Amino acid sequence: MSDSNSKNFRTDSPLDIARWGNPSSDDALLKRDNDDIFEDSKVLVNIGPTHPAMHGAFRCMAKLNGEIIEKSYCEFGYTHRGKEKLGENRTYHQFVVYTDRLNYCSALINNVTYAMSVERLMGIEVPERAVWIRMMCAELARVIDHLICVGINAVDLGAFSYFLYGYHQREKAYTLIEKLCGARLTTSYTRIGGLMSDAPDGWERELKEWIKETRDVVDEMDRLLTENRIWMKRTKGVAIMNREDCIKYSFTGPNARAAGLDVDLRRDQPSMFYDKVDFDVPVAQTGDVFDRYYVRMEEIRQSLNILTQCADRIKKGPIWADDKRTRIPEKDRVYNTMEGLIHHFKFFMSGFDVPKGEAYTPFEAANGELGFYIVSKGGPTAHRMRIRGPSFWHYQGLDPMIRGEYIADLVAALGSINVIAGELDR
Amino acid sequence: MNINTPIHTIYGYFNEKFGTEWKVVAESLTAHFPEAIEATLMPGVADVDMPTFFLKKDQAHAVLQNLKDVLGFNFLTDYTATDEELEPRFHLVIHLMSLSTKCRVRIKIKLADQEKMPTLISLWEGANWAEREIYDMFGIHFEGHPDLRRILMDMRWEGHPLRKDYPLRGYQVFLTPEPLDPELLK
Repeated sequence: MSDSNSKNFRTDSPLDIARWGNPSSDDALLKRDNDDIFEDSKVLVNIGPTHPAMHGAFRCMAKLNGEIIEKSYCEFGYTHRGKEKLGENRTYHQFVVYTDRLNYCSALINNVTYAMSVERLMGIEVPERAVWIRMMCAELARVIDHLICVGINAVDLGAFSYFLYGYHQREKAYTLIEKLCGARLTTSYTRIGGLMSDAPDGWERELKEWIKETRDVVDEMDRLLTENRIWMKRTKGVAIMNREDCIKYSFTGPNARAAGLDVDLRRDQPSMFYDKVDFDVPVAQTGDVFDRYYVRMEEIRQSLNILTQCADRIKKGPIWADDKRTRIPEKDRVYNTMEGLIHHFKFFMSGFDVPKGEAYTPFEAANGELGFYIVSKGGPTAHRMRIRGPSFWHYQGLDPMIRGEYIADLVAALGSINVIAGELDR
Repeated sequence: MNINTPIHTIYGYFNEKFGTEWKVVAESLTAHFPEAIEATLMPGVADVDMPTFFLKKDQAHAVLQNLKDVLGFNFLTDYTATDEELEPRFHLVIHLMSLSTKCRVRIKIKLADQEKMPTLISLWEGANWAEREIYDMFGIHFEGHPDLRRILMDMRWEGHPLRKDYPLRGYQVFLTPEPLDPELLK
């Protein structure tokens, strides 16, 4: 009788090790029962590019031995839009809208990072209020991104109502973002040297109400799912990526912290005012699906803490850097004076010049390190606009992660590393 | 105003924080590999934000091994290329980070058109897809790469989009889906 599909197959008990060998080595995992008439019957399974479990247009081919994945390879590029090429052919101001479509779950973080990287090349310092607003945007986007990641991961494994709790809160967050910039998903909120518009009066108060609600909702979500026996069985010990593998495959962000790789650029390389706020960096040790889920849940709480501190400390003030090169002229001046009109025309038609130089500006995005490597040779367009998206490197780690796991766990692993197609394909 | 002006704290980098460490790394590399380093650009002097070492291609592997094992730059942050429209044409750009100090350096390797680069997969397995992307976008070949296929574009695509002489407009339409290579699962 074959019981190779039972859970006993990969326990660490001495009986099982005697029967099937050490489960930690790859060969032993694939060793089959002698009585199995289907031994060595290999099946190819294609998942994607359009499959509800794939969260975007990418494809995974897996070679199965029974239910166990022997080898897989991933294909993507279905949403490749040539953003890096566009970055070399659009002015710095025009490229802001393209950054929304990178990680579309947390568009504000991309906006903020891009604005920071260009400002760094130009040596511009934005005023204090703009920095606080940008920090609040980044943390709000991080909460949204983590809510959707843990929600969708749970939906894939069958916990549908859990997802709706998070989604409700996410919609309210989008309403807050809409009050900031008029758009919900494709925000384009930052400008080089400032922001599109100031936060409306009372926005911080509404944000604080939302934080209070979200705290309760996250606690409720935690109670609903974390200790659930089915959830634990589906996630604990599944798709392990340990610390060494994380370094090999350049994992960053929550996925690396789940494996004990304690790097958070907000704490280690504080940009903006992250050195002035108080927060903890959650770190787990195993690096399985459960740890990735739980690190994200804890990070939501920490982000809410940061948001509260930002909302308390923000003061009235200007939102534009005092720099004539990047400041978009006031509409009043544009419509009523000749000089203003010329300024407006020159700004939008030919753009502003960025001095010669090159800089790599990383920021801790929701999924990991998002970096813009901009090479400027002078002039209004970049010579090279490299976008280092975390998903590219995480998706590469999927194959070693799921080797020797069940095919059903592929869905859990993919949901837990939160690969976003827009950032992967660029 | 340019990048030489003091870098403000809101952008996350400080010359003061890493200045001494950057000097130590530069001195150590020039002492151990005097022939391998063509040029060194230091922040504050040149228009760069972190120390940039131009390495010779044939000794790049040894220097990177030293950086990884001895100097502690064990994390490959980014691996990409630029088309400089000069001779030699391409620069490979490698960003490394030290996980203990969070210090970063940049490595550049000059390559002529049609010149091949030995692969870095033996140092970082994550370099696999990064090299495939460079091959796809710039047409730079990597010697010893196990699976050098296009990664973002279709397998049948002609041309390498991020080269500067590649046209901005134009279509290549394929009416059948991308063929699957069964060899890849063997």
